[in-house]
Amino acid sequence: MITLSINGEPRALDVDPSTPLLWVIRDYAGLTGTKFACGIAQCGACTVHVDGKPVRSCITPASAAVGRQITTIEGVNDGKPGLHPVQQAWIDEQVPQCGYCQSGQIMAAAALLDRIPSPTDADIDKAMSGVVCRCGTYPRIRKGIKRAAAVIAQAAPLGTDNG
Amino acid sequence: MGKWTRRAFITAGVAAGGVVVFGVAIRRGDRSDKVRGLVAADGESLFDVWLKIAPDNTITAIIPHADMGQGVHTALAMMLADELDADWSTVRFEEAPAHKEFANYSLAREFSAPAADFPAWLIDSVDGLFFRATQMMGLQITGGSLSVRTTGQIAMRVTGAATRAVLLEAAANEWQVPVSELGAGDSMIRHAGSGREASFAHFAPAAAALSLPDKPSLKSPGEFRIMGTSPPRFDVPAKVDGSANFGIDASLPGMKYATVKAAPVFGGRVLAVDESSVQDIPGIRKVVDLGDAVAVIADGYWQAKKGLDKLAVEFGDGGNAGAAQDSIFSQFADELDSAAAEGTAKSDFVAGDADAALDAAVQVLEAEYRVPFLAHATMEPMNCTAWVHDDRCELWLGTQNPLGFAQQVAKAIGIDESQVILHNQYLGGGFGRRTIDDFAIQAARIAADSPYPVKLVWSREEDMRHDHYRQASISRFRGGLDASGQPVAWHNHYVNKHDPEEAPHIPYAIADQAIVYSESETHVPWGFWRSVDHSLHAFFTESFIDELAIAAGRDTYEYRRELLAGEPRFAAVLDLAAEKSSWGESLPANMGRGIAIHRSFGTIVAQVVDVEIVNGKPRARRVVCAVDPGYAVHPDNLIAQMESGIAYGLTAALYGEISISGGAVLQSNFHDYRMLRMNEAPAIETYIIDGGGLLGGAGEPGTPPVAPAFTNAIFDATGIRIRELPVSKHELRLKDVEDVA
Repeated sequence: MITLSINGEPRALDVDPSTPLLWVIRDYAGLTGTKFACGIAQCGACTVHVDGKPVRSCITPASAAVGRQITTIEGVNDGKPGLHPVQQAWIDEQVPQCGYCQSGQIMAAAALLDRIPSPTDADIDKAMSGVVCRCGTYPRIRKGIKRAAAVIAQAAPLGTDNG
Repeated sequence: MGKWTRRAFITAGVAAGGVVVFGVAIRRGDRSDKVRGLVAADGESLFDVWLKIAPDNTITAIIPHADMGQGVHTALAMMLADELDADWSTVRFEEAPAHKEFANYSLAREFSAPAADFPAWLIDSVDGLFFRATQMMGLQITGGSLSVRTTGQIAMRVTGAATRAVLLEAAANEWQVPVSELGAGDSMIRHAGSGREASFAHFAPAAAALSLPDKPSLKSPGEFRIMGTSPPRFDVPAKVDGSANFGIDASLPGMKYATVKAAPVFGGRVLAVDESSVQDIPGIRKVVDLGDAVAVIADGYWQAKKGLDKLAVEFGDGGNAGAAQDSIFSQFADELDSAAAEGTAKSDFVAGDADAALDAAVQVLEAEYRVPFLAHATMEPMNCTAWVHDDRCELWLGTQNPLGFAQQVAKAIGIDESQVILHNQYLGGGFGRRTIDDFAIQAARIAADSPYPVKLVWSREEDMRHDHYRQASISRFRGGLDASGQPVAWHNHYVNKHDPEEAPHIPYAIADQAIVYSESETHVPWGFWRSVDHSLHAFFTESFIDELAIAAGRDTYEYRRELLAGEPRFAAVLDLAAEKSSWGESLPANMGRGIAIHRSFGTIVAQVVDVEIVNGKPRARRVVCAVDPGYAVHPDNLIAQMESGIAYGLTAALYGEISISGGAVLQSNFHDYRMLRMNEAPAIETYIIDGGGLLGGAGEPGTPPVAPAFTNAIFDATGIRIRELPVSKHELRLKDVEDVA
């Protein structure tokens, strides 16, 4: 038995704590938005946030996330209704194709914007090159991140933005 | 079994379906009774099998194709809605069940009837479309870049137009006015004279009782209101919040998890399994010997995976352990040598006398190109959830070929085909891989012996090593130039022909051509890979024409352009790509620019790649893409498909290599079968020409030209001609550095 905080909710799960977080989230917590694709931290499809930082859940033992805040695509908007600006930008730019990697892309992009509100192309390359998209949606992901950054900057209360 | 081509695949589908309608004209008929129970709720009016109108005036298009990111659900619904004069904001879609009334065969039957009055802009293509549609009968397949071209043109548009006609007829009956005084628009019918108006839904029940007209009139492009626009795709919202259900997301009460390991060497069998090796692992339910593979069932995927990794199992090699990549290429080369010596090569396309023209040529160039096997590497590994209960088998998975899967699963577990119920989910990438039913058959066989539903998930390693691969090949060329550098002879001899037939053919005006091939089978399973044979032949032919241009001392764009003078559509596409790329303007010394053009699946695509050589490594910085699909039904989606096709083709050109060692695949995961990533992705600009005529496909045609445009650009920068893919095998140096040295 292990207790994890997933999207702000404590979840008591009957699972071996050495199981990778990915499978605990998918098979035990029943949140299937987080995807399996490589199992060896080479593609980023399984990206979730642990205490706000992007991690590869396929190689992170669940035990390492105990007592920390786990956020998945289902909770990326901090439990608020509606979509995170990155998600909305993904719709506006029509980013996804098959869609399978996009939870990972969105989690990586949201973490990037948390850290760097107005990322340069080089920042985007650095933060996003770990997440593979086989459909080649990279140009639209780049546009989506810039659009979300602009929306977030506009919505930021006066005095808290960095411009 | 012999080589598996798309033609053989189609024949197999027809035989399995037991359907013989080729060449027989059958009237359209109303098939709605057969499927009403499957697709229509109470109160909904069903028209043919493709369109429903609900009491709230919602319009639903029933789409017999799978979504794998290509936007087919949206594009097809647009075609139906436009002809219907529907209000797009209330149009929905449902994916059709796996049922033979939704098979391509039904399209063929409709199409063989004198039912559709095709507008003049389409009529030239009718024979070709008929051929394609009937080829595909018996299959409910998503592939060949065919969905818009067949289902869209034949089912969606015709049904939309025919339904509009019966709605108008029902309104005329109720209001007692001539049909000619009525107008339709935004899902409403209006009578201008009296000011009356009512919704489609109001007339739908009466209209559904009328016979759909055999010859509804279709709009011309100038009348389109929805086609030619780019509304947001239906599938996107669910793909940004994690709610889209892919095959791997299926969940059933009491479900267990399985993972599988097939004999590493293709053709090998399981010789021995020691189940006691995993009996101590908690959560393991069962070990299943499938003959050529073993599966472990457990309470969770991770337990199954740990169990499988620990399972003591011995595999045979089927006598194929001696096969290695070098030996496969040697085998191909020997076959080419002997076929050339003995004159036994098979004819693909012959015009004039290429040998005589080569003898007479002032300059003869020879070149040999090679490409490796390629895996599909869909992001979602192969998976299928199967539940065998009450003499039935239910499947949850993503497939490009639901009827074919159902037939083969039924056969594998010995039940009637009608007892296989297939729930098609979103596909986490297809690219041709999800036409192959191996993983579904495994899941069904595992579940057939289990009292619970089983979700079978392949590891990435299994997915990489047990794909059905794009073929490796060798292609040899001899080209003859006259005194002015004009090409007068084109001789091409390559290994292994699959589909499409025209993939090795060239659009250039070269009088004497001989394109021939030889067969040289390997034990490596073959499969459709995005653009199929075009993926290799575009690289071969567009590299060699580049070599001829260079040998002639000519600009590679202008040389092609002259040879396309008699092909105005090709010429227009090539010109547009050249113009938008600023062809001819100078580049920094560490950069090069290359061009290529190729037609596949009815769509002509030209691409110009700008490459930068950074520390000996090529970076594609910019791709300018010009595309003529005839008519772009959803332009933004066409652009997305070009971007996607370019990334897919560039990944393969740069890194793609599946190599065989000891009879098995050497690569295993994304660290050794590398993918293009964000930091390597070029900027892409796509420009569309609506050239008219036959509609072309969108999903595949973006892929073929990018490899040769890329390697031609590398030649421009370095003077190094890449004749073997992938590019990453080659050491590159800048031309200027070499010149100085």
